[in-house]
Amino acid sequence: MDNYFHPFVIPFVLGAIFLFGICIWKYVRWFKHFDRLQRAVIRKNIFSWKFIPAVWEVIREGLLHIRISRKNLILGYMHRSIAFGWALLIIVGFVESRLTPTIDGSHPFWMAIFYRFFFHSHGTFAGAHVLTAIMDFLLLYVLSGILLAVIKKCYSKALGMKKATKHVVFDRFAKASLWCIFPFRLLSESLTACIYHNGGFFTQFIGNLIPTEFALTFEMTSWTLYSFALGTFFVSLPFSRYMHIFTEMVLIFFREWGVREKHERTGYTMYELSACSRCGMCIDNCPLNKELGINNVQSVYFLRDLRYKKNKPEIADNCLMCARCASDCPVNIDLMAIRQQERNKRNFDTEGNYHYLDNVQPFNAIGRIGYFGGCMSHLTPGITESMKTIFEVAGQRYWFMDEDRSICCGRPLLQQGYNQQAAELRRKLTELIKKSKVTMLVTSCPICYQTFKKDYKLNIPVIHHTEYLNMLIKSGLIKVRMDDLKTVYHDPCELGRGCGIYKEPRQVLQATTHLVKAKQEGEDSLCCGINLGDTLIDINQQKKIRDAAVENLMHRKPDLIATACPMCKKAFVHSTTLPVKDIAEIVRENLRS
Amino acid sequence: MINFGYSIAPTRVVNLDNCDFDKLQQLERIVPSFKRCINCGACTATCSAQQFTHFNIRKIKSLFQEAQYEKLAKELDKCMLCGKCTLVCPRGLNLRPIIMNMRKILNTK
Repeated sequence: MDNYFHPFVIPFVLGAIFLFGICIWKYVRWFKHFDRLQRAVIRKNIFSWKFIPAVWEVIREGLLHIRISRKNLILGYMHRSIAFGWALLIIVGFVESRLTPTIDGSHPFWMAIFYRFFFHSHGTFAGAHVLTAIMDFLLLYVLSGILLAVIKKCYSKALGMKKATKHVVFDRFAKASLWCIFPFRLLSESLTACIYHNGGFFTQFIGNLIPTEFALTFEMTSWTLYSFALGTFFVSLPFSRYMHIFTEMVLIFFREWGVREKHERTGYTMYELSACSRCGMCIDNCPLNKELGINNVQSVYFLRDLRYKKNKPEIADNCLMCARCASDCPVNIDLMAIRQQERNKRNFDTEGNYHYLDNVQPFNAIGRIGYFGGCMSHLTPGITESMKTIFEVAGQRYWFMDEDRSICCGRPLLQQGYNQQAAELRRKLTELIKKSKVTMLVTSCPICYQTFKKDYKLNIPVIHHTEYLNMLIKSGLIKVRMDDLKTVYHDPCELGRGCGIYKEPRQVLQATTHLVKAKQEGEDSLCCGINLGDTLIDINQQKKIRDAAVENLMHRKPDLIATACPMCKKAFVHSTTLPVKDIAEIVRENLRS
Repeated sequence: MINFGYSIAPTRVVNLDNCDFDKLQQLERIVPSFKRCINCGACTATCSAQQFTHFNIRKIKSLFQEAQYEKLAKELDKCMLCGKCTLVCPRGLNLRPIIMNMRKILNTK
């Protein structure tokens, strides 16, 4: 063939130009909405070694989908075969077309896509046969992924997903065009192989089965349909969930450079919204879905509604903020921050009326450790009493900040979007802590711990009491004995997924008792249900979530449930006949003088 | 007249026939558990704000029920929303959303 153009390539070419035009336009528009600090951090890191981990993560997550594979092998294979397989198909196809000598020396970019149509003979360069075989293998690889996707569509349980995402009509349209691309490619290449015998092991095999008259009649039609499928997919991509393909990669770079979500929605949030592939990994493990059957509030639907501007406030509200979805998200989108942004927008953020705190005086506690029990610890006096004993036994001078009356840390207000009021409480507590000149702050409540660590600027170390106990045991300031109980540890959401404290509580428990595993723990632990995040579910629904969390702990038939959060303790006490104890209480009981 | 240092309390009779219960009904629609309250006062006893100042969530609830809305908005802003009341409520009322929605309703003109 002496001309490398044929009218059937037009849908593909137009689609591709449209796709990249729209993507660049969207990206530039979103980038304009980055705030000043986010831009500064990009400027600082754009030309640094951080480029290397970003590229590595793009390959690992954008193409190989390692995180999904860790959760679910078949699902990982499905995503990998389509993403990685397609990428290789493009790359190898491009190499193949480049290596092929052309008459006029031109290599238009569609040549790689429609290679077999334009080159009817093998062997125009060394190794051509090998490349043809590789291309066939890659096509098969992608087709296997498409087959799994079709199976998942019909019966998601076959791929280990209890519930697949319910997609909007437009997404289904885009998906249909994506599914058409590869079967049409196979058909087109087979038909051409039937006529010109230029196929690889698979396309030639199929081509040999097809009657030549049929091939001669339908070859053009098939290539045209292939081009149309590509064009349709490209045009629908920027407006459908498939926008994640490119956005995820851009997002990974921003994240590596240090851009984070802000208090309000910025351009970065727009990138995150579009980076959601609506894979639905967040649905199955959401306690609201699993225990209560509420299936319209999960992060996938929340982000989708935000992206298409159909969000309702009750969707943002109806969430335990347990962050289980964020730990399951294969794209690592900051789901909690985005939900928080929506909550920040809508509430009546009036000024607080906290003048009554003005006469709370700081205590002169130079050189002492500040101990903050938190409101909830006042409902579980066992924890604060144990901590007091442990401080004394360890010979540490401490100041129990909220022994008789407690000022709230402000996180409950913050979570519900009352930022001004939370800031007032924060200001008061910061002033108290700074004026008292404590050397370190130990808290018993993971809710307080998280906000002290992330929202306060205290300039002293803030640690949770499990970390503190671990330090005391390791440094030998307190000595503990082993008891003979089998204990299971429940990871509080705020401490585990919220602050990443998984190791220390377990080390303390291993020193004092026989720690057994729960069914799901660590990052996959369940929410105790009785939390402050959700204001829309009622007590009976909360109890169902709590019972499921207890059930999860009973896996290895323990004698004792240990936790590190007064709220979790309070929740579990009413649900089980087993004793429920905080780690501080367990340590106190096992103290050896 | 001699000032004895005390006076007659103003009348506390509320004529419910003249009250506007719109706001109360609005709240009960949003948080139905509000109706379950038995006025036991456990919430007030455990309240963090109550330990510092005169803040009585039980009384606020009663005043809200009697449609006595004046000054309630300012009073409700004393709440730190810590949620202890929700945990101790023997009737399983979801007190935080009750307070949040009271604030919202009272602030909406």
